Amino acid sequence: MSDPITPAPTETQAVGGNINPIENKFTDRLSHILSDLGRNGIFIALIVVVVLFAFLTDGILLRPQNISNLIVQNGYILVLAIGMVMVIIAGHIDLSVGSVAAFVGACSGVFAVNWGMPWWLAVILSLAIGAAVGVWQGFWIAFVGIPAFIVTLAGMLIFRGLALVVLGNANIGSFPDEYRALGNGFLSDLFGEFELDPLTLGVGALAIIALVIQQVRTRRGRQKYDQEVEPIIWFVTKLVLISAAIGLFAYALAQYKGIPVTLIILAVLVFIYGIVMNRTVFGRHIYAIGGNRHAAELSGIKTRRVDFWLFVNMGTLAALAGLIFTARLNLAGPKAGDGFELEAISAAFIGGAAVQGGVGTIGGAIIGGLIIGVLNNGMSIMGIGIEWQQAVKGLVLLLAVAFDVYNKRRSGGN
Amino acid sequence: MTTNILEMRGITKTFPGVKALSDVTLEVARGEVHAICGENGAGKSTLMKVLSGVYPSGSYEGDIVFEDEVVQFSSITDSEAKGIVIIHQELALSPYLSIAENIFLNNEVKARGLIDWNKTNHEAAKLLARVGLSDNPTTKIMNIGVGKQQLVEIAKALSKQVKLLILDEPTAALNDEDSDHLLDLILHLKEQGITSIIISHKLNEIKKVADSVTVIRDGKTIETIAKADVTEDRIIKDMVGRDLEHRYPEHTPDIGEELLRVEDWTAHHPQDPTRVMVDNVNITVNAGEIVGIAGLMGAGRTEFAMSLFGQSYGSRISGRVFKRGKEIRMRSVSEAIDNGVAYATEDRKTYGLNLIEDIKRNISMASLKKLEKFGLVHDNEEYKVANEYRKSMNIKAPNVLVKTGKLSGGNQQKVVLSKWIYSDPDVLILDEPTRGIDVGAKYEIYTIINRLAAAGKGVIVISSELPELLGICDRIYALSEGRITGELPIDEATPESVLKLMTMEKPR
Repeated sequence: MSDPITPAPTETQAVGGNINPIENKFTDRLSHILSDLGRNGIFIALIVVVVLFAFLTDGILLRPQNISNLIVQNGYILVLAIGMVMVIIAGHIDLSVGSVAAFVGACSGVFAVNWGMPWWLAVILSLAIGAAVGVWQGFWIAFVGIPAFIVTLAGMLIFRGLALVVLGNANIGSFPDEYRALGNGFLSDLFGEFELDPLTLGVGALAIIALVIQQVRTRRGRQKYDQEVEPIIWFVTKLVLISAAIGLFAYALAQYKGIPVTLIILAVLVFIYGIVMNRTVFGRHIYAIGGNRHAAELSGIKTRRVDFWLFVNMGTLAALAGLIFTARLNLAGPKAGDGFELEAISAAFIGGAAVQGGVGTIGGAIIGGLIIGVLNNGMSIMGIGIEWQQAVKGLVLLLAVAFDVYNKRRSGGN
Repeated sequence: MTTNILEMRGITKTFPGVKALSDVTLEVARGEVHAICGENGAGKSTLMKVLSGVYPSGSYEGDIVFEDEVVQFSSITDSEAKGIVIIHQELALSPYLSIAENIFLNNEVKARGLIDWNKTNHEAAKLLARVGLSDNPTTKIMNIGVGKQQLVEIAKALSKQVKLLILDEPTAALNDEDSDHLLDLILHLKEQGITSIIISHKLNEIKKVADSVTVIRDGKTIETIAKADVTEDRIIKDMVGRDLEHRYPEHTPDIGEELLRVEDWTAHHPQDPTRVMVDNVNITVNAGEIVGIAGLMGAGRTEFAMSLFGQSYGSRISGRVFKRGKEIRMRSVSEAIDNGVAYATEDRKTYGLNLIEDIKRNISMASLKKLEKFGLVHDNEEYKVANEYRKSMNIKAPNVLVKTGKLSGGNQQKVVLSKWIYSDPDVLILDEPTRGIDVGAKYEIYTIINRLAAAGKGVIVISSELPELLGICDRIYALSEGRITGELPIDEATPESVLKLMTMEKPR
């Protein structure tokens, strides 16, 4: 700090009159828990949906095989949701991701099947094509200044069309095994055949240990800087609950085929993008731009550059989603990626992102995506038709955002 | 019938955890202009929202008696039906609609279920004449200035057969000329029997128009003063609860070497590159010096500052900038920041703050690179830094995790200043640093400016309040029509001499 400025002599009252602090440990703790619950409302919503469908499907929802399926079936939506929530936080939207996924899936088919490229080369090239699509859209949005809605609406048509061109009116399949592992593979059996896969349990245990260490370190760091931390009881309770959830999840996967490759990809993405959004300058700039673009610009943030890279990122993630989807179906077809954009956007909004931008989290978007996934899966098990599934999902989106708006208004936000 | 048109008795309004108003009493006599004074956050706006039905009856305690009748409004529509019209600080006009459309918005002139446009425009023209406007009623709102927009709001109020007109800081965004016109209009309306309540920070305008003044502090009525007894000192004392001996803190200049020199700075309008907005401006700022730029609204003050600050405004910008004698380039905001120049905008809410983000992240916004360690933002350090600023700048908030949107104007401004001070600049350009801020907080801002100068920074203060510039600056430039029309050291500057330069027109 260059120049310490001491307080001016004044004794005027705090903002908005007298705040009424009730000095009481219990109510303090309670208010902490309540505000935490408010913030984690989306998490609770997921638990409610899971419990509801576990009940409605007589427990089929929570069978190991189904839990594994839930991840694999929704992996590509979750990948898209990560990129989408970033785009939404910056105040944009991307309608093209479904078409881009289809286009890239088709390209990968040509590379890996028609041209017989090695699978890894096909994957790298496909991701590069996704990035190139992002460069194209990012250019129009960031440097020409055309609203993202228009550019990506155009992209939705352009890349759907190009996907059809690449496919040449035919499906492409079947893909090499290594490629298919992206969508269908499992990591297990490294130590031989067991009733319970030891690798999966080990990874689960490691995840819990890593989480505990990270949480404790964060807490210690805050305390060292004299920041307020949540009451220790609540902290421990939360940690125990989350650890138990991870443990049960790992146990379920271990009973079935082990860890899906898709889950590994997702975990890596969530970890990296979580850090990007919370701890890097780039991530902070995204929030700043979404919160107030003018103020961000006048604070020296290169808003165009951030916008541009956001769409390059989105394009790459859309490509990855396209690869996972194609790998899972073992087929690149013209209908691939249909409606993905809507599911990804819904996931971001259910996860608490704000339409005006500036608000949202990667974790929220993932949970939002999981809620949609559980709804899809649960209703399918119950034998509910696709038409009603659509309607229910629409209603859930509306209610989730309405709840969010209500919550904000109650807490006196803008 | 009593002489009071309005009595608010024992009004208490509580928000969760906060008592915004406690047992407030307000009596407004028929046909008077009644001023309400109070610091930001004192409860003035809350009181007016109670009165106008924004907070419906039942959500507060106490009685409102309007024209000898206890009234209970459940919405603005109810209060307007009784003739109570409130004009908010942020004007509620739609920029893409015409003047006439705005005046009759939600009150459309209809014939057989359809809007009668001829009559609409005709009636609008009549109302405009009453407020002294001669503009065509079909002009779009975005094409007239803020001063005229304020008058359109009043015309709109007149169209609703207003008996009690409430103006919430009506002159906050106006220049002196427009302010005078508006105040004259309020007096004129008074002659026509319209009672007005005016909320204002500006003591001189209160003295000019008000027949009585009620001061509110911390949600309580302090006292109501009759016109004869109104003095600035008494109002200030009531508002802040203490004496403010000096409106401006003591400042002994310690002026050093030349810090910044701007030569032949010219900028054109961004949409119309033939229009010169900043015309060949030459200024210098020395270390430890507070330099004022005085100019009427539209003189090109903000345009000059923003075109200088990373070319954030304008087109076809030319001129040279020297820092400590060495030429520097500021083609982008980040280049300007790297060169040690900071610019705090006149419009905090639109250009200065991320209102949905907390104090901490707003302060770090322009200097995240300083907090970066191994590619990651050191968030605990960020918290610490922000907390230090919260204390040293006296930002009134329980902690730095409070969203800036919830702070009062003065505290928001302190956050903006913290942000720029943390970017460690040598030269700070402060554009209207005390606009919309109450007296107590103004003093604090002046103190901060003094400390910046004492630390060897060069400070440029742009202001439309002449007394403020005369009170804090060491030297004043006057700007008119984009040109510097003169430069006065503070001991030669008087309101008259500066004003003369500010209004000097281009030789034609």
